[in-house]
Amino acid sequence: MEIVKRPHVENFIAWAADKPEVVVLTADLTNSSEVGKWRDTYPDRFFGMSMAEQNMMGFASGLAREGYVPYIHTFAVFIYRRPYDQLAMSIAYPNLNVKFVAFLPGITTPGGVTHQAIEDVSIMRATPNMTIVETGDATEVESVLDVAHAVDGPVYIRMLRGEVPRLFPKDEPMRLDEVRMLSDGEDVVIITAGITTEEAMRASVPLADAGIGVRHLHVSTHKPLDDPMILESIARSRYGVITLENHTIIGGLGSAVAEKMADAGSGKRLLRLGLRDTYAHGASRAYLMKEYGLDAAALVAGVEELTGIDTGITENDLAEARVEATHSLAKAEGL
Amino acid sequence: MTSPDTQNDWRVETQAVADRIRVRVLDHVLSHNGGYMSQALSSAEIFAMLYTRVLDLGPSTAPMIPQPFAGVPGADNQDFFNGGAYNGPKAAEYDRFIFSPAHYALVLYTTLIEVGRLSEDGLEQFDKDGSTVEMIGAEHSPGVETTTGSLAQALSQAGGIALARKRRGDTGKVWVMMSDGEFQEGQTWEAISEAAKFDLDNLRIVVDVNGQQCDGCMDAENYVDPLTGRIRAFGASAVEVDGHDLDALDAAMSMETGKPHFVMALTDPVRGLPIFEERAPLLHYLRFTSEDERDRYRAVYEEMVN
Ligand SMILES: Cc1ncc(C[n+]2csc(CCOP(=O)(O)OP(=O)(O)O)c2C)c(N)n1
Ligand SMILES: [Mg+2]
Repeated sequence: MEIVKRPHVENFIAWAADKPEVVVLTADLTNSSEVGKWRDTYPDRFFGMSMAEQNMMGFASGLAREGYVPYIHTFAVFIYRRPYDQLAMSIAYPNLNVKFVAFLPGITTPGGVTHQAIEDVSIMRATPNMTIVETGDATEVESVLDVAHAVDGPVYIRMLRGEVPRLFPKDEPMRLDEVRMLSDGEDVVIITAGITTEEAMRASVPLADAGIGVRHLHVSTHKPLDDPMILESIARSRYGVITLENHTIIGGLGSAVAEKMADAGSGKRLLRLGLRDTYAHGASRAYLMKEYGLDAAALVAGVEELTGIDTGITENDLAEARVEATHSLAKAEGL
Repeated sequence: MTSPDTQNDWRVETQAVADRIRVRVLDHVLSHNGGYMSQALSSAEIFAMLYTRVLDLGPSTAPMIPQPFAGVPGADNQDFFNGGAYNGPKAAEYDRFIFSPAHYALVLYTTLIEVGRLSEDGLEQFDKDGSTVEMIGAEHSPGVETTTGSLAQALSQAGGIALARKRRGDTGKVWVMMSDGEFQEGQTWEAISEAAKFDLDNLRIVVDVNGQQCDGCMDAENYVDPLTGRIRAFGASAVEVDGHDLDALDAAMSMETGKPHFVMALTDPVRGLPIFEERAPLLHYLRFTSEDERDRYRAVYEEMVN
């Protein structure tokens, strides 16, 4: 698998070259949000807003009202937790063109509970006017800007940084509200987003070998989530559907799928995997994925639960997990 | 009256603790190929003063070797372990320590080791899976009473604790350690305002004014200097001191002003490790970019310990 180092850095610079309306705001996390080089390239379009996120939302609102398109770059938690009221009233309500580039989604950070964005999709889904997209690989990191820019209104982007795998062909960019089918089968539908897609792919060969037909769908748009392939796939599945999300199971991908199924009167079973209404703690990504059941092994257990079939798959059968070095040079700092 | 000799003693001991904090943190950063180094360099004297001279704490009630992480607080985890236990029992006469800039955790853990509240081996668990000795401390981490890695939330919580203690008539004070970056958040100013309004003279704050944040240098002329004046304008008392001068810190930290009191410790983010100046203005996190660079720091470390 190709690993791309910091795909956002150069891509964002090249992409913004012919878009003078694009400006960047950050709250003292320039390098950690991979926009240090962007600042040096376009110094007059970059605004360091100090560590003051609430105020930053207001400034972004004002800039957007004047025709600029602010791309706020900081950690996800510092977008939707502290300054939520400002985000909702100063930006979402007037439906302004502000794009939130939210780093460290879910448990992808060792920074502990204060840095882990585990309920952001839920809160953003509940926010009227908000579009929510999530990147799952380098191709999506490179194409998400076009998706966000084409939306006339605020967009929340769950962004990946550092060492990012390329799971999807470079010429198959992210498209708004279009899911990707990564494998096909009749038994179970597996729906993933962000880093859980890579996890599900680790289990795909062993599941196929065990004779379980999996239709694996990758979601990159959480809101809107209207691609008909989701309900069609669930309807034709023998056993039902499993969602696996790097997020609490309340209000995120699993909930969104549940709502769609209920609305459509689907009688299929749904198993929601993710954080079970709990905060997490500081540890490595691989450790937390295992502890909270977000990894390939948890998915296999979920398939067994849903189908009642003992697959016989063990940890050793799963493709090896990719581990990013704690002090990878692709990272700006410890976090 | 204490004799001049005894007076000298505390300085010797406190400085020794500060020096050992720098050495131990450098050792840790060398062996882990990275860490929050500048925070130790700027705040070593602040932490040494707090734990050897200023804070009136009872003996630690927590294990010398930290327990593994045992779950987040919640209905099914009622005996959640709080890291404040490393600062001794909560009692009317004792002070409380509220640690605000959670990324300074390594400095706090190291201080606890140097003053005998945490085993040296405790640091082995730093940033290890399943440990409470987290890189960004949370309220299960040694010495940490409140979860404040989302910065600038501690002062308000300390204000609430000070308000409760004042109502109860506790004689102990509430000490907060903050970083200067936290003064960019509006919440800090709301907290100062309310602490002054409620006459929280039991609330004391020491600030590591190192002029540094993630994006590098703050503009010292425009930022640090008016900071003290601004705090006063919000109704608290504030004094500026050399944050590496023990006598100056001692005088400022023992002042009784009848108001919430801020000690603005002006510090040098490369104090004791001048080689680190090469990295200026980006000093927030030190990670070696080559083995060669690490070797040069290792050589400095060898000089420090020999
Ligand atoms: C509310 C919030 N916003 C952003 C961050 C990310 N962050 C961590 S440390 C830091 C720098 C804050 O300044 P300071 O503590 O003075 O930095 P130092 O002196 O340690 O370099 C920032 C912005 C955070 N932890 N909390
Ligand atoms: Mg600072």
